[in-house]
Amino acid sequence: MNQHNEAIARLLTQHEEKILDDWLREAGAASTRVTDAGRRSMRAEAEDILRALREALQAGADPEMFQAPQWAPLRQTLESLSRSRAAQGQSAGDTTMFVQAIKRPLFALVPAQLPADAQVPALWAISALADRMAQVTVSLYQQTREDIIRRQQQDLLELSTPVIKLFEGVLAVPMIGTLDSARTQVVMETLLERIVSTGSRLAIIDITGVPTVDTLVAQHLLKTVAAIRLMGAECIISGIRPQIAQTIVHLGIDLQGIASKASLADALSLALEQQGYVITRTK
Amino acid sequence: MYRIPILQMGSVLLVTIQVDMQDQMALALQDDLANKIAATGAKGVMIDISALEIVDSFVGRMLASISGISRILDATTVVVGMQPAVAITLVELGLSLEGVRTALNVERGMELLALGRKENPLVR
Amino acid sequence: MSAEDTQGTLPLRSEEDIVASRQKVRVLTQALKFSLVDQTKMITAASELSRNTLVHGGGGAMRWELLDDGIRRGLRLHFEDTGPGIPDTRLALTDGWTSGGGMGLGLPGSKRLVHEFELASVPGEGTRVSITRWK
Repeated sequence: MNQHNEAIARLLTQHEEKILDDWLREAGAASTRVTDAGRRSMRAEAEDILRALREALQAGADPEMFQAPQWAPLRQTLESLSRSRAAQGQSAGDTTMFVQAIKRPLFALVPAQLPADAQVPALWAISALADRMAQVTVSLYQQTREDIIRRQQQDLLELSTPVIKLFEGVLAVPMIGTLDSARTQVVMETLLERIVSTGSRLAIIDITGVPTVDTLVAQHLLKTVAAIRLMGAECIISGIRPQIAQTIVHLGIDLQGIASKASLADALSLALEQQGYVITRTK
Repeated sequence: MYRIPILQMGSVLLVTIQVDMQDQMALALQDDLANKIAATGAKGVMIDISALEIVDSFVGRMLASISGISRILDATTVVVGMQPAVAITLVELGLSLEGVRTALNVERGMELLALGRKENPLVR
Repeated sequence: MSAEDTQGTLPLRSEEDIVASRQKVRVLTQALKFSLVDQTKMITAASELSRNTLVHGGGGAMRWELLDDGIRRGLRLHFEDTGPGIPDTRLALTDGWTSGGGMGLGLPGSKRLVHEFELASVPGEGTRVSITRWK
């Protein structure tokens, strides 16, 4: 296996320019859609990959053990390629196509440059390498996209679940939309952090905007309330529509002594009362 | 073995847990507190766990025990400063800390202790 | 320990070892960039299971593995002992407060803190509890 790697490394060294040109042409750099700046950056990326590939092979790295430390520079190069392509919104297909386009230029050199008995193993090694690089590129690409999506989801969640300070010591959280497990986690964490940072005694969770309450949703709500109480604050659930009240009783859900009010206004009154405030009209 | 110090402020005993406790340390604290409540006639115990990043069932049971013991000795215990991540984890773990009074911070805790000597703990 | 280590073992033979296991899991989950809540859940589960291994299993070890399936990364912990074993694993996984049963091993609680949970026990031979959390 080693001598084939050496042979490939030699190919990469001796025919670098030709490989680069053919590779870039294969990868569509000649297309009119690509700008000059785009072409320049593609060439730079290709050069980096070639260099990292060559150095790894010269250091004796085994293409079958792609996690080995000698492959680290190449993995890093592929990683930054993936990330920048993903961030630009290019597809996974385009990104891997770029990486795999290295095959044809290398294959083309093999018959001319290597002795007959070394050709098939060399082709196999080149193919395996290109595929490995493409695999790494794809999973890194996916990871980046997922990170981006997750961040966006987080932003969306935070935007759609504001925690409002009603007055000193009382926070309100209007929940809008379905309450799934992920959403409830985020709301719980945000709400708890805000309770601590504002030193609030009471949180009003308004579920007017929650379309259905089933056992699972109720469980999520109850967990949130339990966490709030554990920390030493109290909780009122408001915005319970008559249908929801019926569902809760029907499902046998025990609200465990949590104060609940039909409307946010009623919850506010209760909150004021609990905190010892009295509203008087001055006129 | 390091024993967690107990400070006395008037009729209140104050404990701040800042280390990742070995089980023995938690038991020793329980012991020391019981003795000190009896010895000083303290009416309040405040346990500050704002520095505790992990509260597992052992620590949870210790807190519940101290609450119960102090009540029998005619003192009220309040646990303050629970971190949000800890609260979320305890709920998931299923530890209700029944009978343990909690407050958001030391200030609220002191209010509770001043007020609630005659009150029953919140029924959970 | 080098940065390339993706697995290892910690003995669970004393109370200090339970503390050490918490600290180790803290380091591992931080390296995996788990959120604070997820770190807390994993460390708490590890604390419960370490204690079980020591107290009920007569001592044993915690084996840890960093997982990477190309798409996501995670942490798997195995708590192993050669103790008396658990005769009724189904009962052990039952929440005490719902059925009045359970075994006080805190297993159902720990199970809720992680994504994957496996219990294997042979009476007279030992027990292994494996938990996994993904980022």
